[in-house]
Amino acid sequence: MATAHGAAHDHGSHAHGHDEHHTPTGWRRYVYSTNHKDIGTMYLVFAIGAALIGATFSVIMRLELLQPGVQYFNAADGTPNGHLWNTVVTAHGLIMVFFVVMPALIGGFGNWFVPLMIGAPDMAFPRMNNISFWLLPPAFLLLLASALIGGGVGTGWTIYPPLTIQQGAGMDLAIFSLHIAGASSILGAINFITTIFNMRAPGMTLHRMPLFAWSILVTAFLLLLALPVLAGAITMLLTDRNFGTHFFDAAGGGDPTLFLHLFWFFGHPEVYIMILPAFGIVSHIISTFSKKPIFGYLGMAYAMVAIGVVGFVVWAHHMYTVGMDVDTRAYFVAATMVIAVPTGVKIFSWIATMWGGSIRLEVPMLWAIGFIFLFTVGGVTGVVLANAGVDYALHNTYYVIAHFHYVLSLGAVFGMFAGYYYWIGKMSGRQYPEWAAQIHFWTTFIGVNLTFFPMHFSGLAGMPRHYVDYPDAMWHWNYISSLGAFLSFGSTLFWLVFVVFGGLLAGRKVGANYWGEGATTLEWTVPSPPPFHTFEELPHISPAAHP
Amino acid sequence: MIGKCARGIFGLLAVIAGLGITGGAQAQPIVGIPHDWQVNFPPSYTPLMERVASLNDLLLVIITLICIFVLALLLYAMWRFHAARNPTPTTTTHNTVLEVAWTVVPILILVVIAIPSFRLLYYGDKLAEAPVTIKVVGHQWYWSYEYPDQGNFRIESRILSEADRLKQKPNMPRMLAVDEEMVVPVGTNIRIIGTAADSMHGWTVPGFGIKKTVIPGRINEGWINVTKEGYYFGQCSQICGNNHSYMPIAVKAVAKPEFDKWVEQKKASAGLSPATDLASATAPANR
Repeated sequence: MATAHGAAHDHGSHAHGHDEHHTPTGWRRYVYSTNHKDIGTMYLVFAIGAALIGATFSVIMRLELLQPGVQYFNAADGTPNGHLWNTVVTAHGLIMVFFVVMPALIGGFGNWFVPLMIGAPDMAFPRMNNISFWLLPPAFLLLLASALIGGGVGTGWTIYPPLTIQQGAGMDLAIFSLHIAGASSILGAINFITTIFNMRAPGMTLHRMPLFAWSILVTAFLLLLALPVLAGAITMLLTDRNFGTHFFDAAGGGDPTLFLHLFWFFGHPEVYIMILPAFGIVSHIISTFSKKPIFGYLGMAYAMVAIGVVGFVVWAHHMYTVGMDVDTRAYFVAATMVIAVPTGVKIFSWIATMWGGSIRLEVPMLWAIGFIFLFTVGGVTGVVLANAGVDYALHNTYYVIAHFHYVLSLGAVFGMFAGYYYWIGKMSGRQYPEWAAQIHFWTTFIGVNLTFFPMHFSGLAGMPRHYVDYPDAMWHWNYISSLGAFLSFGSTLFWLVFVVFGGLLAGRKVGANYWGEGATTLEWTVPSPPPFHTFEELPHISPAAHP
Repeated sequence: MIGKCARGIFGLLAVIAGLGITGGAQAQPIVGIPHDWQVNFPPSYTPLMERVASLNDLLLVIITLICIFVLALLLYAMWRFHAARNPTPTTTTHNTVLEVAWTVVPILILVVIAIPSFRLLYYGDKLAEAPVTIKVVGHQWYWSYEYPDQGNFRIESRILSEADRLKQKPNMPRMLAVDEEMVVPVGTNIRIIGTAADSMHGWTVPGFGIKKTVIPGRINEGWINVTKEGYYFGQCSQICGNNHSYMPIAVKAVAKPEFDKWVEQKKASAGLSPATDLASATAPANR
């Protein structure tokens, strides 16, 4: 058990004693914010707003795919407007990756809880933290503008040339948007790494650090190493488009596949960037509600490190079909399958944590257990796709869509909701309404599975992705997918109204540690919500403490 | 309710399709199309796909067992160690044997998968010898096929508009029917070399076990050997712009004599036949 001294001291008596304790109010509190909790809140609000836009795009897509034939995406002359369709698909992908999952898990929960968990008063570079957040809204506006200007960007989120070279002016805006979002993430990553390495409370060695902080540390390294490669690649794209360089133009001696390599050198670590923080959150929840410390703590921490390291050397498994040498493909098959091993360690360690525990099936625990199972389903289809020979039949089909939505939409997003329910009492001081939370969990669980499980079948039958229409025989599974998507979207709106607003306005007030003795990390030693400044006297972690 | 709705609309579609079949005059059966409620790969139409499907069958068994195993452990733990049944948790956080086991056993499973996987990978890579080579070129938004060993004529394959499909090939599925199919002889090793003119495209036929992303400035090689006569359909599998959804791939597999007849006819209409057959005249002797 972690013991923290001086963490929850009476803050009120200090508040007027020193000028630096002055709490800014009004818009200044947020626009000028250097406070990790306020910045975390802004990230979460931003991510929820972006998620509603991204989810609306997906509902529009499922509405179109509800029936064979083109219902809504028609040009003025009645012919299908495939480019508009591609624009919506692209916007959905880019929004969800860069403006929902990353801001929510890393910017939101990371900012809120990494300093609290390691006993730091704030982030290492509070002003940089401010600009990390405030770079995101302009990046998001640029991305939205990119869908409206110059005919939009209809390339898919992977923005492969030569198609990207052919796009209108919106493409340049999308590139700038990614530049800015990338800069925001790189600054955030530097901040997290510095904070975690230098600002841990006395006695908190790296090997005693909570797993969520570990997950953010590994994620920050992935961001720091992967995003500059994306920035370079899209800058080359920009100069190819505007200044006549031919990096990716075969006619000028360049090579489109170079972009694919650069993109996926970023893109594959990116998928771990999205899932590792969810791993961290799930670890805490499983431990708390099993009333047991996490099983195999060091194995869990180093499994994440291993996933991060190996995640950098598997990128070309996204490119089995582009004509790489067969020995190269063989290497990427082997390397990719290796990732299943540390992932398996994590899955089984979570189950072993539950084993022998005293399990309470509170709502965060439901999301965490749901995460473990659905991530397993998404993980094993990843093993199928790792086999290049089988991937030829499945590449760019709905099977791939099903796979990555199981690990992201049912993995990362379940991690986000799990974190929300676990920590909303801590962040706001008010607990979520149980009835609404139960309805939200079960409708989402059914909805997302209805949406994505049939996509395996569509994919095996050969339905390619990025299609505005499909042969009539593929109708049934698409119909069910669409119904599932509508249910999931309705469930999300229900969550926003009844759980978020309902809970924040009328939720039951909670104390410092409302989950009881299973919750042992430092954030449970400060009041709910925590005072504006936490840990004015550093907590001390006793040597007996074990996360 | 869904079922009723589905039956209603599909009944209607079946009637339309049924009407169509009587109007069609194709000699070849329509084989390679998706089916209602299809949940697995289509049947294997090439030896490569047979091996793909067999590896996938092995994988499906393994991944299903893993998912059931994880689900069973989770459900059992949720029941057996629920606070109501187990108010006092244990403090076990390490078990070396267990931890080694769940590291080593997955490795062994992966080895079991990797051996047939590598065999399949190398089997599907390239042909040493191929009597027929077809150059596939992706365009925005149609395909062209060149037959360099048969006089180097070229055909273009475009989707039929819905009106034309109903007139010319009503028994072929919507979105998949084209004006001119790529014709291949059955039971013959065929080398596919692919490239693209403008944007990337993806050439594939479900049931063939091949998918080639074709890229401007690059050649991408693979092979097929279609075992049964008939029509087979695929769809462009790399996002390529406005009409990405509307550049289907249609392959007509015919008996060898019929293929030769078709080649002569194409050569004649291309002005290549028979005396000007430069490609075969200058071909190396060992071809």
